[in-house]
Amino acid sequence: MPLPYSDIVMEHFRNPRNVGRIDDPDAKSVEGSPACGDMVAVYLKVDPETHRIEDIKFESYGCASNIATGSIITELAKGRTLEEAKQISWQEATKELGGLPPIKTHCSVLAVDGLRAAIQNYEERHGLVTEREPTTVQVVEKRLKRVMNPVVGLDIVRTHLVHEITVTAGVVRVVVDLPSDHQFASNIREEIVEKIEPLWDVEQVEIEFTD
Amino acid sequence: MFEHVVYFDNAAATRLDERVLEAMTPYFFDLYAVATSQFGYSLGIDARDALEDARGRIAAALGAQPQEVLFTSGSTESSNLALKGVAQALGEKRGRHIIISPLEDFPVLHSARSLERQGFQVTRLRVDGAGRVDLDHLRESITPETILVSIQAANQEIGTRQDLAAISKIAREKEVLFHTDATHTFPRLTLDVREIPVDLVTISAHTIHGPKGIGGLYVREGTPIRKWMDGGFQEFDLRPGVENIPGAVGFAKAVELVTPEETARLQGMRDRLIERMLQIPHTLLNGHPTYRLPHNANISYRFVEGESLLLHLDMRGFAVSTGSACFSRSLEASHVILGIGGNHERAHGSVRFTFGRYNEAGDVDAVVEAVSQVVADLRRISPLGKD
Repeated sequence: MPLPYSDIVMEHFRNPRNVGRIDDPDAKSVEGSPACGDMVAVYLKVDPETHRIEDIKFESYGCASNIATGSIITELAKGRTLEEAKQISWQEATKELGGLPPIKTHCSVLAVDGLRAAIQNYEERHGLVTEREPTTVQVVEKRLKRVMNPVVGLDIVRTHLVHEITVTAGVVRVVVDLPSDHQFASNIREEIVEKIEPLWDVEQVEIEFTD
Repeated sequence: MFEHVVYFDNAAATRLDERVLEAMTPYFFDLYAVATSQFGYSLGIDARDALEDARGRIAAALGAQPQEVLFTSGSTESSNLALKGVAQALGEKRGRHIIISPLEDFPVLHSARSLERQGFQVTRLRVDGAGRVDLDHLRESITPETILVSIQAANQEIGTRQDLAAISKIAREKEVLFHTDATHTFPRLTLDVREIPVDLVTISAHTIHGPKGIGGLYVREGTPIRKWMDGGFQEFDLRPGVENIPGAVGFAKAVELVTPEETARLQGMRDRLIERMLQIPHTLLNGHPTYRLPHNANISYRFVEGESLLLHLDMRGFAVSTGSACFSRSLEASHVILGIGGNHERAHGSVRFTFGRYNEAGDVDAVVEAVSQVVADLRRISPLGKD
């Protein structure tokens, strides 16, 4: 039966590794929300001396790609140092899974974001954070590289959908090169807001489409 | 993969009934001609007779005259013709305002949106928590500019039926045309156009064990409507193209095979499924509890996502559908569940079960069992619903 998922994805979906919670974790994160779709929680136990991930667990309220990616990234992260684990990308996770349908890439990005957020949570809790960087066009662009163009499964920066970015006194304006009634317009809008809004000095996110 | 797949997605497509195929077969191999002229050769004339016979039977099921039913390629085309054809006929003369329900299926929803881009005004009516349109809002929304009201007979996802008698009465009083998409009710639920003054009705064979690619549009005699696709003069000069005669014959046969007894049987399965599913904790029924399609149940399971649920059910041999954003081609949660005031979470975990001729009573208990297990498994790995 030709499902759009690889055998590896289906295997991880059926038998996800490292599922559940860690009691009294050293760090945790929740990415996404039930209001906008998938949601992932990641829990960490970290060796305070070596900063090596001793244990990692995840929970998913999401689709098959989300569950499978959560499973694979926890496998990849276990035993690595925080610095090493930070380098795990959705590209790497996707490759390990034998590929994902392009339209599903954002689900795997969410799981990777969950891991990164958990690491960040550890760093914040344990005084490892460097100074907060002000939001610039470059910072916004970097974040937008995690918003997927579902048509091809590559990010919207790389696929030239980001027409313009301006940052003025806490207001971030992003012009997306798509008509506003495009099949994925509202989905992309939601994802951009989700990625930019949490930046500490951003007060408002404005998305425009090029009709 | 499975010898026996339990198929509960009969709103999407149905298994063809062998008797339908049998009725169609001669029109592929023996009477394959089309009637290009009434003075043509006999092969074409015989084929035309079959087409007209099919038309007559389908018209009869609606209480209509044969010349009021035209064949199309399915509901999408029928609804496009209804909305765009009326808009073309009346847009200049009468006005540029149409009224729809926000829960319509895509053919009506997107035809309306396309007309909006051409400068038409579209009002999307308020609906209640079960999806029924607000009739007062309908009454207030009709202006001298209004040309058409398009409200479905029953909803494709949550199964809620609309009060066609009341809606058509309002439309009649205000002298506005009324179109209804009856894809999911025809001919299971009676719609007699002699009693209910509807002007246009979308129907299709794919939901009633007929072939895909054939549908129809009822057009009340005298309704202003303009041809939308250019071509020949077929189908009363409203729908050009080579007539799908085997399809039309199959459609008529499929209509004939739908019986009240069968519909009652499907309703029994629906009721049993709803009753048992709602015993699973944190579930709710989407759509109206009683005023709904006899063969549709739609349940939301909190804390789990529909695509995951669907894949697990697929592995166990059950085919169902979900309103989850993860499942849709646009990555958008079901506009129907959101439209009745549900949040993304409710859409995320919604599953539609639609029954058909080849489902058996035991299938209901089997799917309830499978869903209970899968939901419990997925809730175990979900970050929600534990505290």
